[in-house]
Amino acid sequence: MLDALSYEFIQNAIIAGILVSIASGIIGSLIVVNRMVFLAGGIAHTSYGGIGLAVYFGIPIFLGASLFSVAAALLIAFVTLNQRERTDTFIGLIWAVGMAIGILFVDITPGYNVDLMSYLFGSILAVSREDLWFMYTLVFSIIIFVTFWYRDILAVSYDSEYALLRGVPVRFFYTLILVFSALTVVIAIKIVGLILVIALLTIPIYIAEKLSNSLYSMMFFSAIISTIFTLFGLYISYSYDITSGAAIILVSAIFLVIFLSILKIIDNLK
Amino acid sequence: MNIIDIKNLTFSYEKDIILEDINLHIKKKEFLAIIGPNGGGKSTLLKLMLGIEKTTAGTIKIFGERPSKNLTSIGYVPQNTNVNTNFPIKVIEVVMMGHVGQKRPMIGYKKEEITCAMNSLKQVSMEKYAHKKIGSLSGGQRQRVMIARSLCSHPQILLLDEPTSNIDATGQKEVYKLLKELNKSITIVVVSHDLSIILEYATNVLHINKKATFHDISKKRKFFTKQEHFCEVELLQMIGNKHA
Repeated sequence: MLDALSYEFIQNAIIAGILVSIASGIIGSLIVVNRMVFLAGGIAHTSYGGIGLAVYFGIPIFLGASLFSVAAALLIAFVTLNQRERTDTFIGLIWAVGMAIGILFVDITPGYNVDLMSYLFGSILAVSREDLWFMYTLVFSIIIFVTFWYRDILAVSYDSEYALLRGVPVRFFYTLILVFSALTVVIAIKIVGLILVIALLTIPIYIAEKLSNSLYSMMFFSAIISTIFTLFGLYISYSYDITSGAAIILVSAIFLVIFLSILKIIDNLK
Repeated sequence: MNIIDIKNLTFSYEKDIILEDINLHIKKKEFLAIIGPNGGGKSTLLKLMLGIEKTTAGTIKIFGERPSKNLTSIGYVPQNTNVNTNFPIKVIEVVMMGHVGQKRPMIGYKKEEITCAMNSLKQVSMEKYAHKKIGSLSGGQRQRVMIARSLCSHPQILLLDEPTSNIDATGQKEVYKLLKELNKSITIVVVSHDLSIILEYATNVLHINKKATFHDISKKRKFFTKQEHFCEVELLQMIGNKHA
């Protein structure tokens, strides 16, 4: 494995794994505390529409998926903020329609032979320098967002009605959280694929939540735990020639079971 | 002097009239309990006073202005059931939310904010729980924290929406005793179902079921508190059994 570190694609994969872990640790924490997991799942699957369009029109996949996901996030924000009782139906709808658009455009693309599996289940070893720059920019933006607006984000996430009363622009922050979720989903697709992305946004966060007594410690622990899972999964993926997404998620799931078993034993000892 | 003036207030949601022609004047240091059946419009009236909902007709004035102009002078305590107990947050962070929306540093908290939050926690006898996770507290303790949060902005009016729902009898008493203490300097408006407790602490009762009926019970308090069983029956008769 040490020899492999000299290859550029392995270096890119490790950096991408760390960057995606930081982004998913921070944004995943916001998704979980705001109870937006279903919304994030909807955005993840809708992004396939952007992948299909990007392939058909010959634009960069990241750009196509990002634009499409952000549009879906804005639409979801609009619907959830204005017609809460219809939210689940609407998300189910755009989830399926997004996937359908993606499949349709992939089908009609002349001579199309890109490996679809890499978008569905991840392809961390195919991360390019351009992909990394996109990830750096996003992670930097997310860190700025949560550092300077932490108190507003905390207030909106914990008690949005009270935050509104105190003059916090709740709709703006809610929408921004969804937009960052959409962009995080797009970069996480590169690592674990859109089918498994929701696991990366929830398993490390679930463990971190049990270890934290504040939102920032939850974000910090989530990022650390996610990095460990991703790098360990990457090692397994490289060593045994397994799809990276599946390896990372299974490593995460095994650690989750171990963690919960330890918690149970500690509880019984008390 | 009235600090809250509600005149000919009507509120409709789509075609349903929720509140109709409400007139209410609340004086300084009054302890007003709002009672009425579920769906009668109690919480809606509170949200209108807070400016969260907009009136269909009529006016609400707080210190002579629209509610949105006076947000810092109003403290709000939501229903206990609205609190997310799994949220990873310390008690002091919840209390410091009372400062959100005011001028503050870009990162972290000002020393004065921390001092103010600790003072608010002392007021509700919760200072030793400042660094505990909010989810580890009992329902009564959590509501005292929520009251501390609302005290952080030094309000002159405290609006509470069923603050003791899903809290045991001891917790309910603790919350209302605290409110009575705060009522020495703050006007209290509380939406509640706990009739026996209201009679012990409130000065006035507003019964709402689309329309409102106002009752001054301060003169009857001694009579009510001495005959606890009878007092509820008496109150229900007074308000025309609409609440039963």
